[in-house]
Amino acid sequence: MKKILRVNDLRISFKTNSGNVQAIRGVSFNLFKGETLAIVGESGSGKSVTTKAIMGMLANNATVEQGSILFDGNDILKLTKRELTKIRGSRISMIFQDPMTSLNPTMTIGKQIMESMLEHRKMKRSDAKIKVIELLDLVGIESPSKRFKSYPHQLSGGMRQRVVIAIALASEPDILIADEPTTALDVTIQSQILELIKELQMKLKISIIFITHDLGVVANMADRVAVMYAGKIVEYGLSDEIYYDSKHPYTWGLLASVPDMSTKVDMLYSIPGTTPNLISPPVGDAFAYRSEHTLKIDFEEQPPFFKVSDTHYVASWLLHEYAPKIEMPEHLQRRIKLMLSEEY
Amino acid sequence: MTKYILKRLGMAALTLLVILFILFLLLEFMPGSPFNDEKLSPDQIANLNALYGLDKSPVIRFLIFVKNVVLHQDFGISFVIKKNAAISDMISSRIGITIKIGLQAILIGTVTGIVLGVIAGIKRNTIFDTLTTIIAVLGVSIPSYVFALGLSYYFGYKMRLFPITFDIDDTVRSMVLPSIALSMFVIAQTARFMRMELIDIFKSDYIQLAESKGLSNLKVIIRHALRNAMIPVITVLGPLLVGLMTGSLVVEKIFGIPGIGSLLIQAIQVNDFNVVIAIAFIYSFLYIFVNLLVDLLYGIIDPRIRVQGGGTNA
Ligand SMILES: Nc1ncnc2c1ncn2[C@@H]1O[C@H](COP(=O)(O)OP(=O)(O)OP(=O)(O)O)[C@@H](O)[C@H]1O
Ligand SMILES: [Mg+2]
Repeated sequence: MKKILRVNDLRISFKTNSGNVQAIRGVSFNLFKGETLAIVGESGSGKSVTTKAIMGMLANNATVEQGSILFDGNDILKLTKRELTKIRGSRISMIFQDPMTSLNPTMTIGKQIMESMLEHRKMKRSDAKIKVIELLDLVGIESPSKRFKSYPHQLSGGMRQRVVIAIALASEPDILIADEPTTALDVTIQSQILELIKELQMKLKISIIFITHDLGVVANMADRVAVMYAGKIVEYGLSDEIYYDSKHPYTWGLLASVPDMSTKVDMLYSIPGTTPNLISPPVGDAFAYRSEHTLKIDFEEQPPFFKVSDTHYVASWLLHEYAPKIEMPEHLQRRIKLMLSEEY
Repeated sequence: MTKYILKRLGMAALTLLVILFILFLLLEFMPGSPFNDEKLSPDQIANLNALYGLDKSPVIRFLIFVKNVVLHQDFGISFVIKKNAAISDMISSRIGITIKIGLQAILIGTVTGIVLGVIAGIKRNTIFDTLTTIIAVLGVSIPSYVFALGLSYYFGYKMRLFPITFDIDDTVRSMVLPSIALSMFVIAQTARFMRMELIDIFKSDYIQLAESKGLSNLKVIIRHALRNAMIPVITVLGPLLVGLMTGSLVVEKIFGIPGIGSLLIQAIQVNDFNVVIAIAFIYSFLYIFVNLLVDLLYGIIDPRIRVQGGGTNA
């Protein structure tokens, strides 16, 4: 497996009026060529900040304290603005969460898709136009040559997200980052868009970083999963290792809160408690206060990564050889099996 | 679209008629009369009133006025300022300069305002931003006659760069100071609006998406931010025109410009009713017409409005 992107001990903080928010506190992961990596975690865990760092689009009040993001032999964090614009939108591109607001309302969708082709691939306008129509067709938009001249407001939410995907693919990127691309859509459209992304990955062989807070969404598409909590990755492994054999209580909590067909909405599980304040993060394990299986050391020292297999790592003291053996709850295992067999 | 324009035109005509009617009623309550020469006897005044039709009720006079304007483009005659001269001639010889100065003020005002607003919006919380805010506050709160007096004192009297009062032989340079004085208000308003809009737009998702395409900052601003920021700025152009019109009355007076603004003031002072009505009518007409134009322009820039009714939805 070839690594296409390597994030190394990334630490990012934000200056705010109430203090320094330590949003990313030592994140490392690899993205392998042609694979989909899902980054999963609750709101505020630092998923978007991580992707923005990869895009070189961090907010003005952000400071990269430490770490590197290696892509193609270069550290993205050390590139000049000009070098960044050459990678951004051309080799790495991004799909945003809300298709209703992520398109320019006063520009035709054809032009918006064409823009990055003309910018990065030095195509002739007429060739680019043909390519745009092919792309619109590829992302499943009907009568694409007529749609070329449409404005965003003339399209439904699902259609707009297809356009956003077409924009991201326009420059034939190596890496596609999708930050909650289906959260703003209703359920049926959501599965259509997921299907489309899966299909595109098979056809185009791109590598995808898929951000979500719902482990159910990526169950059938992720090759690997990184679970994030309070600015850190707490568990990282192959998809099967996470769904069937996860070791971190936080991952269990996320798995338990996946809505399934048989769960009534008002019975949806959510992890008790709230995420810690990142201005003065806890000295020990940030999840200790919310976990059922807390050890004394959890309040004193941050857990290192324990290796479960060559591909599976967990940051929890529960994996220490002296810790009590606690397995993934059985009812959860049953539920996951059911969910995954349900043809999500 | 044609139907929409026709409907708007109809509404505009109706509005104009209503304004005019109210004007006739109001003039009825205005103290004084055009014929206030002390040598005139009450009989003579009654004769004059009958001669010029001032003895009729305001409603009848309103109808006659409308008929004459519509059929003959005839605004009646002046009683006082230029006895028995056709008002349409008086106006047509003066309106050119008023419109020219107004257009220059709008042009200088919007262009400078947009540039200032854009700089302030982009260089937020820097010295440029602060300067623009100061200019905007001054421009809105200081009336244009103060600018007019200041400009004419400094650039006209002290530096002798431009004529202090209107010079027939040097109309181009004569119009510079009045246009600038009038444009201050426009500069202030457009700059303020542009800045506010841009700051909002820079936070929007579609700017992030444009950045994520790897466009340079300049391209993001020009292609994606500016056009969207222009939309609300265009909507304030209409109201700005009111400021411009009232400003023009005083500014014309200060610089002695032979436009219709100074004519209106003179007419009001001497109770030359017909002239007052004719010029007020023209101001209202301009105002309504420009607002209509702004609305149509809005539709051209903003596709969400343009295709209303004709759009297809997927
Ligand atoms: N520009 C900023 N200034 C200050 N704090 C910020 C900024 N951007 C992000 N943060 C903080 O960093 C943390 C991580 O934010 P991030 O947007 O990455 O969360 P997320 O995992 O994407 O959550 P969500 O699911 O809600 O999108 C949060 O605590 C957030 O408040
Ligand atoms: Mg996010």
